[in-house]
Amino acid sequence: MDFAFMRDTFLTLIGGVPLTLNLAFMAVALGAVLALILALMRMSGLKVLDWPAQAYVFVFRGTPLLVQIFLIYYGLGQFRPTLQEWGLWTFFREPYWCAVLALTLNTAAYASEIMRGGLQSVPHNQVEAARACGMSGFLLFRRVVFPIAVRQALPAYGSEIILMVKATSLASIITMMEVTGLAAKLISQSFRAVEVFVVAGLIYLVLNFIITRIIMAIEWWLSPHLRRPPAVEPRLEAAHV
Amino acid sequence: MSNGVASLSSHLASSETAPAVSVQNLRKSFGSLEVLKGVSLSAREGDVISILGASGSGKSTMLRCINMLEVPDSGEISIGGETIGLKKSRKGIEPADQRQVDRIRSRVAMVFQSFNLWSHMTILENVIEAPIHVQKRPKAECIAEAEELLAKVGIVDKRNQYPSHLSGGQQQRAAIARALAMHPKVMLFDEPTSALDPELVGEVLRVMRSLAEEGRTMLVVTHEMGFARDVSNRVVFLHKGVVEEEGAPGEVFGAPKSERFKQFISSHR
Repeated sequence: MDFAFMRDTFLTLIGGVPLTLNLAFMAVALGAVLALILALMRMSGLKVLDWPAQAYVFVFRGTPLLVQIFLIYYGLGQFRPTLQEWGLWTFFREPYWCAVLALTLNTAAYASEIMRGGLQSVPHNQVEAARACGMSGFLLFRRVVFPIAVRQALPAYGSEIILMVKATSLASIITMMEVTGLAAKLISQSFRAVEVFVVAGLIYLVLNFIITRIIMAIEWWLSPHLRRPPAVEPRLEAAHV
Repeated sequence: MSNGVASLSSHLASSETAPAVSVQNLRKSFGSLEVLKGVSLSAREGDVISILGASGSGKSTMLRCINMLEVPDSGEISIGGETIGLKKSRKGIEPADQRQVDRIRSRVAMVFQSFNLWSHMTILENVIEAPIHVQKRPKAECIAEAEELLAKVGIVDKRNQYPSHLSGGQQQRAAIARALAMHPKVMLFDEPTSALDPELVGEVLRVMRSLAEEGRTMLVVTHEMGFARDVSNRVVFLHKGVVEEEGAPGEVFGAPKSERFKQFISSHR
């Protein structure tokens, strides 16, 4: 092991962390919105909404993300004239936006199922209590259903976020110079795959360690009702006796 | 026919001011099972009505129809003179106007058998939730009132704890405070003590008794014969979806007319 080389590698690869995090953040944020829409479509009880959402989840969970990235970046390139006509070419021409789109569409499929599970696990009696108080529609969803569902879905959603951080490495295939992209470039220059990938792997490990801690902190903050109640403080006069 | 005279006189009294709750000829089936076969009931302001019956008699279903948690197949429900509009749709009968249902629900509070407190909110947050977000009252006013109500039901020291930290009896008292915070015209109690350990029943019944003494209009589905006899001013006995016996507790417990009610009383002594 050449530690001087590894240090240099680390300093090079760390430059890719902002893009890695950027891709992951964009995909998770946009994907969450799409996932919520998909989950609500699936739970609407209307076939015209349920079936397209089911088909969507089936396709995007059932095919590899790498294939999806290829299809969006190279595949849509074949329709350049049409896309130019529609004014979408400036979007699909950029590997960054293609990567964000592919990651977003992919995570939305998984996250919609996580959210659906969370929404379905909301106890019926708590929803009924809200209805009995005169809540309905969006107010009921915003104040009671969603907050409970989020708490149920968060552990699984945390895993999905971590998967997305790792999935950004696939964007290197379409020329994105995030951590893995930089690593691949470095290997092609130095031919020292082991050191470079060890460093790259460690960087992902640290990123995901931090993200795991953040999610754990959010879980802890959202679930005081699952912790033991605060111990009653001993009375002062009792201490004097 | 003293029965006919009694119902006629109550009709005359109620024609002056609209009854707090009026249920006319309510019918409800679940699949092929007809649970309510034409039930009528009227409560004036200040009435405390105990609704008794064996399980499966339809008493909870009737109570849940009053605030549209169950939608009846036919019949008419009025709260304070306002009749709840129903319409036929492809899915069956449903409320004609959800806003009307929401408005009526905010005046008809319900206390459930299993408390149904919102698990992610503290006790205080449970109590102020609907007054702030449904009734749009100022937050500070709601908090001050919630603390008074929690003090009244004896759990003000638990206001910052979560429902899962409380005993069943404390949770049910919190649920009663939550109901009271809506300033309800009518309170519905759906077997409020049935899920409680025997030693916790008393604390909830005490709160309910004090509410009755304040002159609140209460409809109580219960198995507590003591409450029905001592606190309520009217008892309704349901059997297989019809009102089998009805009257003042002194009359119906003293001289039950229905053979089934006699059996019911003796089995619940």
